[in-house]
Amino acid sequence: MELRVSHLCKAYDGEPVLEDVSFTAGPGVTCVMGPSGEGKTTLLRIILGLEKPDSGSVEELDGVRLSAVFQEDRLLPGRTAPENLRFVLGAAYDEAATKSLLQELGLEDTENKPVREFSGGMRRRTALARALIAPFDLLVLDEPFTGLDMDSRRRCVEAIRARTAGKTVLLVTHDESDGGAFAARTVRLKK
Amino acid sequence: MASDRGGRFRLWAVAVWMAVWQLGSMALDQPLLLPSPLTVARCLAALAGTGAFWSAVGGSAVRILGGFLLACVVGIACGALAARYRRFGELLSPLLASIKAVPVMSFIILAYLWLPDKSLLPLLIAFLMVFPVICGNVLTGVRETDPQLLEMARVFRVPLSRRLTGIYLPQVLPYFRTAASLGLGLCWKSGVAAEVISLTAGSLGERLYQSKIYFEVPELFAWTVTIVAVSVGFEKLFLRLLDAFAERMGG
Repeated sequence: MELRVSHLCKAYDGEPVLEDVSFTAGPGVTCVMGPSGEGKTTLLRIILGLEKPDSGSVEELDGVRLSAVFQEDRLLPGRTAPENLRFVLGAAYDEAATKSLLQELGLEDTENKPVREFSGGMRRRTALARALIAPFDLLVLDEPFTGLDMDSRRRCVEAIRARTAGKTVLLVTHDESDGGAFAARTVRLKK
Repeated sequence: MASDRGGRFRLWAVAVWMAVWQLGSMALDQPLLLPSPLTVARCLAALAGTGAFWSAVGGSAVRILGGFLLACVVGIACGALAARYRRFGELLSPLLASIKAVPVMSFIILAYLWLPDKSLLPLLIAFLMVFPVICGNVLTGVRETDPQLLEMARVFRVPLSRRLTGIYLPQVLPYFRTAASLGLGLCWKSGVAAEVISLTAGSLGERLYQSKIYFEVPELFAWTVTIVAVSVGFEKLFLRLLDAFAERMGG
């Protein structure tokens, strides 16, 4: 799919957060960069349909399957990692595929533990596993590597590469090296 | 009588108060006014050996817990609807406040006058005492649901049935548990009071009233102990079942 964002504007209490943002993102990774407070998360929330822009538009996303890693982990705290994945998949839940993905992300041997007992890095990887296992046409990743050590980060990058071939991925980050890891196109937000 | 730091009883503290009761009874030396714990225990043992005792316990349990369960069902439904539809919440609010403010005895007397079938009085009173507590707590629980989790479910297009079990239920269960614990105490107190007023045939309230009429003070104490024991027993059983359910739901 091709994501087309045209002339997006958004302000909170008269304070502009997004001003005339336009870009196109096709299959592959598109990196949205900019310092904190430049409206990256607001942009993603508009794309995910969680907020409405004051003006401008995002190409009609009806029928497009979305998946996301949010800025916060947003996991069901009392449930295990596989149960969190099952929550978004329902009947499509595949135990073998889940186990394999969790293993790739270094989350093996955590199957009986509720995620509230996970470390911050483990929760982040579980959130990524949930986003990658859900069927999607557009994957939105908001600072997905926050709090990860080098090894975990490498595992996550490899898992994203392996599971997003031919798909449209929007990666929001403030770290230049994140885009480099995927040879991504870059959209820079600035006021 | 499990001992923990959660406000439950320590065995030694119970023993001290039993000793105070025993000493008070000995000092007063008027068994008709204050029988000793031993006299009450003997009376209770004698009562428990009769079919009428268990019939009274069973009959009251069915009526009072019937009112409690009905209040749970209606309270959960109304709480959820009030959280979903603001106008419904606004409509319900004065009713809940009124039920909470009106003395239970006013309800009992009014309902006694209005109800054609007086045996329904304990059920209705138990319902009225529990309903606002359950409804209010469920409403708070739903309103406190993490909006970030709801957004997540929206993005992943998780159907309502799975959102209910995965997000709302674990969030609301602790609120419901608190309300149920409070409600189970309330429903027995008010339900037995209604039985006393309406003299419901074959009920704990009727037996309590008869003990008073015939000045059978040890029996009065024995029936009171029975009511407390049944109330506490049901509360523990219900909360244990609820906790097991909450654990299964990942709450």
